[in-house]
Amino acid sequence: MAKISIVCLTGTREKLQMASMMASVAAATGDDVSVFLSMNAIPYFVKGHTGEAPVEGGIGTLMAQKGVPPFKQLFQQAVELGDAKLLPCSMVLDILKLEKEDLDPELGPPTGLTRFLSDAEGGQILTF
Amino acid sequence: MSDSKIVDARDTFCPGPLMELITHMKQCSVGDTLELLSTDEGSGADVPEWVNKVGHEILSNEKIDGVWHIKIRKAK
Repeated sequence: MAKISIVCLTGTREKLQMASMMASVAAATGDDVSVFLSMNAIPYFVKGHTGEAPVEGGIGTLMAQKGVPPFKQLFQQAVELGDAKLLPCSMVLDILKLEKEDLDPELGPPTGLTRFLSDAEGGQILTF
Repeated sequence: MSDSKIVDARDTFCPGPLMELITHMKQCSVGDTLELLSTDEGSGADVPEWVNKVGHEILSNEKIDGVWHIKIRKAK
């Protein structure tokens, strides 16, 4: 079983989409997947956020018009179908004055870098 | 074999058909067969790749009038 750690920092539709696709397919294939959510990716996981994200370019606009599964749904499936862990960055939660309870229920515990890096050791890290 | 359950994932894009299939695979029993319908061009190669990697069985895989029909037996 491969270990894949995904670092998701940006708040644009294309990057959130690709990160969620990687997470869901890898997790559903049996890989050990952790997604570290930080910086501008965090607000999308505050309870009640629709998942509407600004596009970077033309593909993002087209994805919104076609039947591409929304990234929040794919991250949720990564957790439900493949036991992926979605880990919010504790630093950004501090800055935004958010608690775990303010976030979507599929998110795991607020996580610091020391913990994330030691969990990621020996696996692949993909950054979006 | 005759009572394959149809998973209709037409008109969704990658990885929609695969995630639909996996959702249904989780719910069925070992030995059951599913037939995935997909209009996503990548499904014809990528779905069998997943099925083989995870250890299930591809029974057939063909494209009919622009729709991939992929039959899978749950093996474990």
